[in-house]
Amino acid sequence: MSIEDAIKGDRKEPVLLGRGAPDPGGAMTPRAAGLQLSHLRALESEAIHVMREVAAEFERPVLLFSGGKDSIVLLRLAEKAFRPAPFPFPLMHVDTGHNFPEVIEFRDRRIAELGERLVVASVQESIDKGRVVEETGPRASRNRLQTVTLLDAIAEHGFDAAFGGARRDEERARAKERVFSFRDEFGQWDPKSQRPELWNLYNGRIHKGEHVRVFPLSNWTELDVWEYIDSERLEVPSIYFAHEREVFQRDGMLYAWREGVELINGERVFSETVRYRTVGDMSCTGGVRSQAATLEEVVTEIAATRITERGETRADDRVTEAAMEDRKKAGYF
Amino acid sequence: MTLDLLRFTTAGSVDDGKSTLIGRLLYDAKQVFEDQLEHVARASARRGGEGALDLALLTDGLRAEREQGITIDVAYRYFATAKRRFIIADCPGHQQYTRNMVTGASTADLSVILLDARKGVLEQSKRHAFISALLGIPHLVVAVNKMDLVEHSQERFDELVREFQGFAHKLSASAPTERGRRDIVYIPISALNGDNVVEGSARMPWYEGPTLLDLLEQVEVAYDHPYERPARFPVQWVVRPAGGAGGESHRDYRGYAGQLASGALRQGEEVAVLPSGARTRIAAIDSYDGELAEARAPMSVTLLLEDELDVSRGEIICGPEDAPTVARELEADVCWMSEHPLRAGGRYVVKHTTRGASAIVDELRDMVDVHTLERMDAPPAELSLNDIGRVRLRTSAPLVFDPYARNRRTGSFILVDEASNETVAAGMIAAAGS
Repeated sequence: MSIEDAIKGDRKEPVLLGRGAPDPGGAMTPRAAGLQLSHLRALESEAIHVMREVAAEFERPVLLFSGGKDSIVLLRLAEKAFRPAPFPFPLMHVDTGHNFPEVIEFRDRRIAELGERLVVASVQESIDKGRVVEETGPRASRNRLQTVTLLDAIAEHGFDAAFGGARRDEERARAKERVFSFRDEFGQWDPKSQRPELWNLYNGRIHKGEHVRVFPLSNWTELDVWEYIDSERLEVPSIYFAHEREVFQRDGMLYAWREGVELINGERVFSETVRYRTVGDMSCTGGVRSQAATLEEVVTEIAATRITERGETRADDRVTEAAMEDRKKAGYF
Repeated sequence: MTLDLLRFTTAGSVDDGKSTLIGRLLYDAKQVFEDQLEHVARASARRGGEGALDLALLTDGLRAEREQGITIDVAYRYFATAKRRFIIADCPGHQQYTRNMVTGASTADLSVILLDARKGVLEQSKRHAFISALLGIPHLVVAVNKMDLVEHSQERFDELVREFQGFAHKLSASAPTERGRRDIVYIPISALNGDNVVEGSARMPWYEGPTLLDLLEQVEVAYDHPYERPARFPVQWVVRPAGGAGGESHRDYRGYAGQLASGALRQGEEVAVLPSGARTRIAAIDSYDGELAEARAPMSVTLLLEDELDVSRGEIICGPEDAPTVARELEADVCWMSEHPLRAGGRYVVKHTTRGASAIVDELRDMVDVHTLERMDAPPAELSLNDIGRVRLRTSAPLVFDPYARNRRTGSFILVDEASNETVAAGMIAAAGS
């Protein structure tokens, strides 16, 4: 590969990296001549640096893999950071039992391709063991229960660092998050006394029982993630593309209908062409009406959207103004 | 030549309109989403706003911040224009949160310092400018805000520029930047009305300079001139497949992975490994996407060396000319970030590039008076929270460094408390100890 390709970051048309604006100077300008690292390659390099720091400074890291777009990017970054050697950590999925089947199928296939090890932490098992109590009623969700399953698994395996795909552009409370986010032995996040994070010098020192959540994609936006997926030609689960699905409308969002869902207030099931902007628990993740069937079309749609991804698709953030902050303090992703 | 990613920091006092400015940048650059706007509209109405959107609310993050109307912690904001992607480190202006401002400034290439046109150059603004300079930020933008409240007066603007220049003269002398000079640009703005933020101003025809966004889109960053800077490659991680996923073909693979801190390295080039001083050549520059003929900062790559050397994490691979300093005693400026003060004899963990070691602070040399921003000659008995001063320290292993003024990546370190594991200081190396 030439240096120009390496730093330009896209093997296709540069238009995807330039926010849709063609370079007015054409081939003679420095950027078009490939002398500069594109912002995507700069973000990539920063994330690789973060992952290698964790591998070097922690005893037992783990990478949280949900099968969603952000963790798919994390896997590619891990390949870039550690190949030709195997990853110096396993992957872990917190399985609510209410996942989209397409995502689980994708997860298993991707991990088999990589030849890496997957640990599955099951919310159903936490329920069976009596660690958590299943919510009831038509709005029941396993979203909150995941936190207990996650923290139990971290303790059981003795993980001292957990990579997550969270980004600061997602949500107000996440905008305040560090790249190395310290958690006490209860898994709690204390936003008021975070460690200052200076230059690229991360402080990974912890006591036994504590751990650190590490967010290599902290400085990425949703559009960066899609542009990266596009430039790397990464496969994503089919639910990210427009498809026909049986849905019902609740609180202004389109939820996937599945066996066992209790309809209320005269809700009815109908067929709609939707795609998902986020991949979460089926019980709290809404689809969006969309005709975007290819990566290019998704990138175009995201570049033009006027609504944030969590605002459009996540019921879990709508509970109160500080819903995410509260869940994060308790140890959520 | 400009990187299409710019990190900048904003700092300001509580009332000088920093949040409004950021809200204005995001709003006028059309980076505010409808649901965020709805949230701001709801919150504005709840607080009895007079129908106008309070753009400052866009940057509120935590519950306590909304309740108290303050900013507690550094918040990161993202926006993009056709020319560039921006990362804003939005830092609180309260004195007690200086550590957060140092944090935001550490990664920034540009600092926006806000003045209130009515109030002039307050101590707070001076302190922000001082910290920006101390942290080696090459570009300062002094945004004179609330011009609408001084009748858009050129006279008032000129007066403030002269006042700030008198003070800034001291900054440039005391803290040169990596590339030798610090530029300061003055812009008269009204964040409330949007004058000279994204759009120009019909109300201030006398101002002929760029708008704030114009400037942000054009300034150069340190990485823009890799060939003018010495190559520094701190080894982060040794890649050794050892019979794993790599298989037979990688049996002898031994790669040194890291991120170029500055400069450029080419395949075939002679390099030195410090602190050992061993010399060899770069056999290959490897990456997941294939071999490269050359790597430039800030790329993350894996170097393969021609000779079998035992190189490990924390060592620095560099060009044979213009080598960094290797020393166990150094002089450095530290910004103290802990409630527990620093005293001579204090023992800490130091993290510098990718190297960890123990450090003992032997001596406190001087301290910066936060009011006059001048160094007090008498050695202080201690440095307490938010104090800045010069210290002499000794490390358990040699550090390979450049002075911070010449290289922000290889001249910076943090100190960590051995017992609490808290990060207690940001350090900037001045020179090897004498």
